[in-house]
Amino acid sequence: MSPRPGFVLEVDKSTPPTLFWHGEGFRLERLPTGSRVLYAPEPLDPLTDPVGAIRHALLHPLGDAEPLSALLRPGMRLTIAFDDVSLPLPPMRRPDARQLVIEQVLDFAAEAGVDDVVLICALALHRRMTEAELRHAVGDRVYDAFEPQGLLQQHDAEDPDNLIHLGLTDHGEDVEINKRAATSDLLVYININLVPMDGGHKSVATGLASYRSLRHHHNARTMQQSRSFMDQHRSELHTSNWRMGRLIADSGVKVFQIETTLNTDTFPPQMRFLERREWEWSAKDRAAYVATSAALARTPDRLARQVLHSVRSPYRLTSVQAGEVEAVHAQTTENVYKQQLVAVEGQTDILTLGLPYICPYNVNSIMNPILVACLGLGYFFNMYKGRPLVREGGVVIMSHPTPWAFHPGHHPSYIDFFEQVLSETTDPTEVGKYEEAYATDPWYVHLYRTGNAYHGVHPFYMWYWCAHALEHLGGVIIVGGDRAAVKRLGFTPASTMADALEMASDIVGRDPSLTHLHSPPLLMSDVS
Amino acid sequence: MKGLLVERSLPRFAAARLFSSIGGSGTSTSVGPLRLTDLEAPDLPGPGWHRVQPLLAGICGSDLATLDGHSSRYFEGIVSFPFVPGHEVVGVVDEGSAGGLPAGTRVVVEPVLGCIPRGIDPPCAACADGRVGGCERVAFGHIAPGLQIGFCADTGGGWSHAGLVAHGVQLHPVPDALSDDDAVMVEPTACAVHAALAAGVEPGDTVAVLGGGTVGLTTTAALRQLASPGALLVGAKYPHQRQLAGELGADLAVTPAQLARAVRRRSRSLTISGQLSGGADIVVDCVGSADSVAQSLEMVRPRGRVVLVGMPGKMNIDLASLWHREVSLAGAYAYGSERTGRSVRRTFDIAMEVVAAARLGRLVSARYPLERFEEAVAHAGAAGRRGAVKVVFEMHPRSRKGLTS
Repeated sequence: MSPRPGFVLEVDKSTPPTLFWHGEGFRLERLPTGSRVLYAPEPLDPLTDPVGAIRHALLHPLGDAEPLSALLRPGMRLTIAFDDVSLPLPPMRRPDARQLVIEQVLDFAAEAGVDDVVLICALALHRRMTEAELRHAVGDRVYDAFEPQGLLQQHDAEDPDNLIHLGLTDHGEDVEINKRAATSDLLVYININLVPMDGGHKSVATGLASYRSLRHHHNARTMQQSRSFMDQHRSELHTSNWRMGRLIADSGVKVFQIETTLNTDTFPPQMRFLERREWEWSAKDRAAYVATSAALARTPDRLARQVLHSVRSPYRLTSVQAGEVEAVHAQTTENVYKQQLVAVEGQTDILTLGLPYICPYNVNSIMNPILVACLGLGYFFNMYKGRPLVREGGVVIMSHPTPWAFHPGHHPSYIDFFEQVLSETTDPTEVGKYEEAYATDPWYVHLYRTGNAYHGVHPFYMWYWCAHALEHLGGVIIVGGDRAAVKRLGFTPASTMADALEMASDIVGRDPSLTHLHSPPLLMSDVS
Repeated sequence: MKGLLVERSLPRFAAARLFSSIGGSGTSTSVGPLRLTDLEAPDLPGPGWHRVQPLLAGICGSDLATLDGHSSRYFEGIVSFPFVPGHEVVGVVDEGSAGGLPAGTRVVVEPVLGCIPRGIDPPCAACADGRVGGCERVAFGHIAPGLQIGFCADTGGGWSHAGLVAHGVQLHPVPDALSDDDAVMVEPTACAVHAALAAGVEPGDTVAVLGGGTVGLTTTAALRQLASPGALLVGAKYPHQRQLAGELGADLAVTPAQLARAVRRRSRSLTISGQLSGGADIVVDCVGSADSVAQSLEMVRPRGRVVLVGMPGKMNIDLASLWHREVSLAGAYAYGSERTGRSVRRTFDIAMEVVAAARLGRLVSARYPLERFEEAVAHAGAAGRRGAVKVVFEMHPRSRKGLTS
C-alpha cells in the first residue's frame, strides 16, 4: 500500500482530542468544531539500496558536473564538508546519512589515489560537536581514521588563519569562507536536506562562512523579505546565498554537491503514536501515549530531557542527488516537497502549534525561551509555500513550557541576550544595535572556538528568524509557559488552550478560524 | 514620654539572634533587647547643645543588625547602654536648648559624635580635618561612648517622644523645599554621598553597585549626580528596587545574579571559574555580606576597588583574588566633609542637594507610630520582599509629606 498523502482534517464533534507536543511532554487539546488539523504525509518508501543509490548518484551527477570519480586524481587536495549536529532532528539511527555518503566518497578518493583529504564539519556559527556526536555523524571508522591526525576538523569562523575573503557580490556582500575548503581542488559538500531551506548554495556560503559574510543575510531585513525562507524562490535569504554561491564558483572553488532527503518516519516504534492520526490510534497507541505521558510527567525535567534526546529516529533515505549545486538542489527540493507538502485551502485566523523538546540548536541541550520562539515563529511559521498558513494580523498559539532555563555551556550569549537585549526591546530590527558587541565579544568568541558554545551572535539570528512572523502576526500566545519568560519574549502567557483562544479572540474577533499544524513529523503547507 | 530603649541583655541579644536567624530580620522584637518604655528627656551635656523633637526617624540596616543580634562585637566598645535607637532623624529644635538655633527650626541630625560634641580639644586628626566619621575618640570625652546619636546612652535617639540632644555642629536646618520624607533621607544619603566620592570614580569608569535597599539606591543616586561613570550597573533583588535604581540613574538594573554577567558584557571580560578576567573599575557593595563581598571581588577588575558601604560583620571570605589581582578593599562609613577639587563641603550639604534633585523622599515607603514598633521593625526587616525601601517612625503629627510644605 502506498503511503497516504498529507491530510487536512476538519474537526467535528466526534473528533478525538488532538495531540500537542508540549516540550518534554504532550497535551491533548479538544479543538473547536470546524478547526482544521494538518497531518504530515505518511513516510515515503525508502531507498531499498541506499549505498547503491549513493554510488549511482556520485557516478551520474546532475547538471554540468563530471562524475566524482573523474574529478579525483592523485596529489589533489580534497575537502569533504558535511552538515553539523543541527540535522536531522531527532538524530537518526546509525548509520547516519552523512556516514553512508562520506564512506562512499572516501572509497572513490582511495581508488583514485587521493591522499590529501580533510573532513570539515560545516558549523557556521553553531557549536562545535562533541566526539560522540561526530562519531554518530561520520561513523567510528571514519572518525578513527581522520580525527587523531587532525584531518577531521570543525569549521572555525573565528580563525583568521583559515578564512579567505573571496570578494564581494554585486550587492556588496562579503564572501569569506573556510580557506582549506576554498583552496582545495575539490570541495565535496554532503547535506541532509530535512527541510526545503537546507542545501543549495546555502551549504557552502553559510555552513563554511564567517560572521563577516553571514551578517549580510542573517539579519532582520533579509528575514522579513523571505516569505518564506523555506521557499527558495521567495526567500531573500536564499537569493543572497545564491549570489554568494555563484561568486564562490566564479572564484574557482569547485564544489561537488551531494544532497540527501529523508522520509518522515520520525519516531521509533514505541513513540509511533506521534505519527498517527488520533482517530486511528490503536489500543497499543493509546497505551503508549498514556505510559509515555505519565512517565515523562513524573520524571524530573533534566532526566526527561536526557531520555528524549537519546531518541534516535528511524529516518530512511528517500533520495540522493549529486553534482552541480543548483541542479542538485532543484531535484532535492522536489523530493522534499514530495514528502512534506500538504495542500491547504486558505489561511486561518489562528494557528496552533505544539512545540517539541528539540529544535536545530538544542540537540543534547536545553530548549531555552529564545529557541522556543525560533522554533515556533521561525521554523513552523515559515513551513509554508505561497501564503503563510495564518493570515496577516492573525494569532499563533504555541504550547510549550518555555522554562527560563539556558545551557550555560552551549548558549552563553543567549543568557545575556535574554537578560539584556530582550528586556529592552523585542523588535528584531532594534535588537540589531547590540549585534556587533555580541558578535565580537571575546568571551563568546573564546567559548565558540574552544568549547561547545554557539557563537555570540547566534541568539540574534534566532530572533531574526522570527522577524517575518513578528511583522505578520497580530499576537503570539504561549500556553503553559513560564509566565516571566513568555513575557520577556514579548508574548502573552496563557494557562490553558481555552484561555488562549479567549485571548486570541480579542485580536481576531469572535468565531475565528483555527488551524493546527500537527508536527513533527515535518510538513510544509502549500496554501492556496 | 514613650520611647524605645535597647538594654544590654545578653540573653535577649542571644534570643534575638536565634529568632532572626530562623524568621528573618526584624522578627525578634518580642524576645530581643528593644522595649517600649517611659523615658525622661536626656540632659543637655553642655553649652552648644540643643534639644531636638523628632518628626520622623528612620529604621536603618544597622539598627536592624543590632535588634537582630547580628551586629559585630567590634561595636561593643563604642556604644553605651541603655540607648535609644534612631540616628536618621528630622526634627525640630525644642525649647530649652543651649545652642544658637532658635526653637522650632526644622533640622536633620548629623548623628556622629565626634570630638566637638564630646568636648575634646584639640580634636583628633580626623575631626580636625573635617572627617568626623573617622573620629578616633568616639569612646571618650564628657559623654558616654557611642559612635553616633542612637547608640549613646547620654544623647537619646530618634525613636523616642522624649527627644534627643545634639550639639549645634550636628544640626542642619532643612530648607522648606524639602519635605520631612526628603529630610529623613538626608542622613542615609550623606553616607551614600561619602561613599560615592570616596570611591574615586574616574570619568568613564564602569561602576557596579550591589544592593537595592536604601544604601544601594541612595548610592546609585549619589554616583549618578556626583560622579561621571561610563556605566552605572546595579544589582538589586526585587523588581521595585530595580525600577527605582533605573529612575535614580542606573544605566542597567538587574538581579544580583545577573550583575556579574552585565559587568562582563560591559568590560568584555573572559571568565575563569566565575571570576571575571577584567571587570568593573569600582564595585560598591551596599549589602555587606560574605556573599556580596565575594561577588564584588569576582567582578572587580585587577587593581580595581571594592567599596564596602553596607555594614559588614564577621565573615569568612576567600581573599586570594584580592591578593592576586591587587584589588583595593575600602570601607566607606558615614560622612563629615568632602573635598571636591579645591573646595571642601559638608557631606550633609551635598546630601541635601542630592535628595532634592533625586526626590529621595519617595523612598519612604511606610510610616508607623512608635507604639507599633514591632510591626515597623518587621516591615523594615522585610522591606525588599514587601515592596518597601525605607520604613520610618512618625514621631509627630505635624510631619509633612510631599516635596514642599
